[in-house]
Amino acid sequence: MTLSAHIRHRFGAFDLDVAFDAGPGITALFGQSGAGKTTIINAVAGLFAPDAGHVTLNGDPLFDSTAKAFVVPAARRFGYVFQDARLFPHLNVRENLTFGTRYAPASAKGASLDDVTDLLGLSALLNRMPATLSGGEKQRAAIGRALLAKPQMLLMDEPLASLDGPRKQEILPYLERLRDGPLGLPILYVSHAVDEIARLADTLVLLKDGRVQAHGPLYDVMADPGAVPLLGVREAGAVIEAEVLSHATDGLTHLRSSGGDLHLPGVQAQPGTKVRLRVLAQDVMLSVNKPEGLSALNVMPVTIQDVHQGDGPGAAIALRAGDDRLLARITRRAVAELGLTTDMRCYAILKATSVAPGSIGR
Amino acid sequence: MTSDAAAWEALRLSLWVACWATVLAVPLALWIAWILARRDFWGKSLLSALVHLPLVLPPVVTGYLLLMGFGRNAPLGRALDSIGITLAFHWSGAVLAAIIMGFPLMVRAMRLAIEAVDPKLEEAAATLGAPRIAIFGRVTLPLIAPGILAGAVMGFAKAMGEFGATITFVANIPGQTQTLPSAIWAALQIPGGENQAIAMVMMASVVAIGAVLISEALARRVAARIAGA
Repeated sequence: MTLSAHIRHRFGAFDLDVAFDAGPGITALFGQSGAGKTTIINAVAGLFAPDAGHVTLNGDPLFDSTAKAFVVPAARRFGYVFQDARLFPHLNVRENLTFGTRYAPASAKGASLDDVTDLLGLSALLNRMPATLSGGEKQRAAIGRALLAKPQMLLMDEPLASLDGPRKQEILPYLERLRDGPLGLPILYVSHAVDEIARLADTLVLLKDGRVQAHGPLYDVMADPGAVPLLGVREAGAVIEAEVLSHATDGLTHLRSSGGDLHLPGVQAQPGTKVRLRVLAQDVMLSVNKPEGLSALNVMPVTIQDVHQGDGPGAAIALRAGDDRLLARITRRAVAELGLTTDMRCYAILKATSVAPGSIGR
Repeated sequence: MTSDAAAWEALRLSLWVACWATVLAVPLALWIAWILARRDFWGKSLLSALVHLPLVLPPVVTGYLLLMGFGRNAPLGRALDSIGITLAFHWSGAVLAAIIMGFPLMVRAMRLAIEAVDPKLEEAAATLGAPRIAIFGRVTLPLIAPGILAGAVMGFAKAMGEFGATITFVANIPGQTQTLPSAIWAALQIPGGENQAIAMVMMASVVAIGAVLISEALARRVAARIAGA
């Protein structure tokens, strides 16, 4: 199941020209507002015809400006989850959920109503009207409605952006179950929240001003020092994978990554499970000697892979720790004084609190 | 004919005319309202003005224009007459007058309802695979149903009360074209006819208030369902 898109569109002063592929798993389109994310996902869904380009799903053309091909949205079989849920106000949750089922081809594979209500925790809400639902409940129902149309791919346009923090935390596990579950539905996920994509995405497409700036597996793009300005210096940081070993009585969890052991607070996962850890670049310090007498618990031996000097006073350092990669953001002065260069061995110091609880997920 | 029988006959004819006018006008008004709310085309303001014209013209003028257009000696009237449809001085002419006079009210109520529907909901229905006709039937129509109902009630009430255009176009023939307002007017022309007029005024009031109460109750039920109460 592969989506391939090349979209060129101009309206007013905005000029969009992007090409990307989205395969299995979650492909995230990331960019600040105005980067063209929603325009792209609407073009994929067929809500408008771009000036030029093509959209194909498994090689089948859905849009092709040279061949004058345009498949209407109803025939594209994407499940679109809008930022504002858009439940039908005159139908109850059950009627909303099953709205699209009758239009799917009989041969289409997909979840049943029972599967979806179990997956999204909707059983108790089936007879409620949308006006009585909370924002999180509405969004869960909207996801279920898209799933029950038995789509070939899900399109999600900032599904969490209109929700507050706790509501986001309520939905995220459902999205993870969707990604990891038996449905195995590919998802194109638009977001401007780095914590969401770090937790959910498998593939990342970074957008800026209507152009693709970086495109690749999440772990690669997040560890790329060149991506720091695109993600924002405060939000940038590599994602590493670690296995939960045990929970200590003082609240810290013992985790093992390929680069070494970590002790972190706030990890909810059961021992034996693998989790993603997002390590913010600005929370990583470097030391050329093995540090001693330090309050920080997590010290990892690393190798410098790249020293990326920007225009400002900062520098982004790409590090390798075992099979994982880390990113550190330090000052250029520190780079010069410590003489940091490629292939140098040093120590990365991670404060235990540097992993935000929301960024921990499978 | 006793005066009582004449009053009941006028009520029956008024209800008959108003029902026909409403049934015939609702689909047409919905179509025009849809065009005015959703489409952009050359001459849109002209169409809108034309629809609203009966609201601002004196009803007598509208009736006279109808007579000029659909009278037995008018070209259109002759053409219809040759296929067996007579409008002038016939109850079907009263239906036409009622449709035209109530049309602006119906279109206005329906247009407002259509404009209040968020096109994003229809977009969502399209992404779920629904063809256009299903989007209209399952999303748009249920959402504008209260507006259609309101328009229909207004049109019905207008048809029940229409006087000027009707009496000009189809005159005031008891049992054939004498609707309730015409009968009330006729009763008031006769010395001592006040009692009969008052009886018919009561009839007209009961029908009008009843129509409004029924439509309010239906609208409340729709609103309560959407609110989830």
